Amino acid sequence: MRKLKNIGCYLFLTVVSLISIFPLYWMIAAATNNSTDILGGKLSIGTNFMNNLTKLLSQQDVGRAFGNSLFYSCILSLLSLVVCSIAGYGFEIYHDKVKDRLMSILLLAMMVPFAATLIPLFKLFTGMHLQSTWIAYVLPTISTPFLIMLFRQSARSFPMEIIEAARIDGLSELKIFFTIFIPTMKSTYAAAMTVTFMNAWNNYLWPKVIMMSGESQTMPMLVANLSVGYSIDYGVLMLGVLICSLPTGILFLILQKSFANGIVGAVKG
Amino acid sequence: MKSMKKGLTINQKQGLTGWFFLLPATILIFAMNFYPMLQALILSFKTGIGNNQTWGGLSNYARLLQDKVFHTAIINNFFYLIIQVPVMLILAIILATVLNKKDLKCKGLFRTMIFLPCCTALVSYSIIFKTLFAYDGYINTVLLNLGLISERINWLGQVSTAKVIIIIALIWRWTGYNMVFYLAGLQNIDESLYEAARIDGAGPIKAFFKITVPLLRPTILLTTIMSINGTLQLFDESVNLTNGGPANSTLTMSHYIYKASFEYNPQFGYAAAMSYVIFILVAVLSFIQMKVGDKR
Repeated sequence: MRKLKNIGCYLFLTVVSLISIFPLYWMIAAATNNSTDILGGKLSIGTNFMNNLTKLLSQQDVGRAFGNSLFYSCILSLLSLVVCSIAGYGFEIYHDKVKDRLMSILLLAMMVPFAATLIPLFKLFTGMHLQSTWIAYVLPTISTPFLIMLFRQSARSFPMEIIEAARIDGLSELKIFFTIFIPTMKSTYAAAMTVTFMNAWNNYLWPKVIMMSGESQTMPMLVANLSVGYSIDYGVLMLGVLICSLPTGILFLILQKSFANGIVGAVKG
Repeated sequence: MKSMKKGLTINQKQGLTGWFFLLPATILIFAMNFYPMLQALILSFKTGIGNNQTWGGLSNYARLLQDKVFHTAIINNFFYLIIQVPVMLILAIILATVLNKKDLKCKGLFRTMIFLPCCTALVSYSIIFKTLFAYDGYINTVLLNLGLISERINWLGQVSTAKVIIIIALIWRWTGYNMVFYLAGLQNIDESLYEAARIDGAGPIKAFFKITVPLLRPTILLTTIMSINGTLQLFDESVNLTNGGPANSTLTMSHYIYKASFEYNPQFGYAAAMSYVIFILVAVLSFIQMKVGDKR
């Protein structure tokens, strides 16, 4: 009886898993086939990969777009992690009435839809002639209430005695944060890194508006451009889609264990 | 006395350090969220094209009441919200519960596969679904070969099916993401509660509703707010899957704001007024959520 019930569970999980990975497998298969085969419903891995790659590279400056995306996303994630984690730590470890109130005000920013700040931000950055620069790409989303909350939540589980002991040892507050808190909270950082990098890489609306020059084009923008037009080469398009999904996919597979642990720590409070 | 005084200064010093720690993040949120919000409010009372803005009072808001396209966009957003969010969250919580079973094998493998869709860029998955459901795309070919349909269906070109495809795509992309939050929440529920329930003769379904759901309430609240917020701000899918069509039937509010600001004659004031409608909707819905979530 018990075994029978688990068969149901396995069946359910298998069906959901297959649905989850089928479009991804299809993307990979399509990247190795030509348009005719793809539209004909071919599902196996083909031999047209190199051909698609040459075509894609000759049509678009993939190297630059990929490099841009990687550069912007890395800077954004790094700055975001430092700024938000130190703030979350500050809100929790040194909390008092004023800081608690400030935190609840900052949380209101979670409700601000990006579309509402889009035009003023656009005017702000173009007014400072910062359009098409990495500063314009990263600045609006470095500090997010979600990340601050995540780190405040995990700082709650950080033992106060360790901090006290470090203070007696004469460590400065900044040093305690960098040499004790960060190394202990590795899994929270991994979770935050995964979420931030994915958001940074996937960012589309803001770059579409502010990254106006061709040289500052990002990977999602390039892929979106590939998909419009009358004669779309599906093999080339899917290869672009595949390349665009690689960094986030690889990052997740590397960090997935710590990602899960980090989220556990964060939803505890 | 002396030591107390010294303790106080240390406290003050630490309080100051605390401020120093949270200052950069705070300044950025004020400069990049609250200040633009205020600017958008002022802008929403102005009319004009491009940078020629004159004071227009409430005329933008009056225009919103007449704008059929905007009404369609709001209805579309709520259609996505009402159908997609509950289906996705219920599916995610069921998946998490099943994956949390102690006597199941290959849990890690299943979890990874179900989470993988979240790794695709929003633009990427929109294009994958667009291609799969294209008129000459894979889904039509397979259904045709299996004899399930007699002629190709224009999935993305028909009002009735285009919305459904967007919902399917959204559920595919986000279920695994929410599932991870529920899995994390389940880690914090004491296993002995379920054992006690089993001894009392409660079946797994009863245990799910009496133990899992109540104890996961904070996580459910968090994921619901995130999903509502995300659905009301949909942009990438509307642009890349259907480009808002056919006949604006899949257009979202954010997409329309983008169009009004950057595609036709730029009407920043009108777009700002629209964005305030989204803001109020998100704020009211989040507020109701928090009230309901707190009460029970």
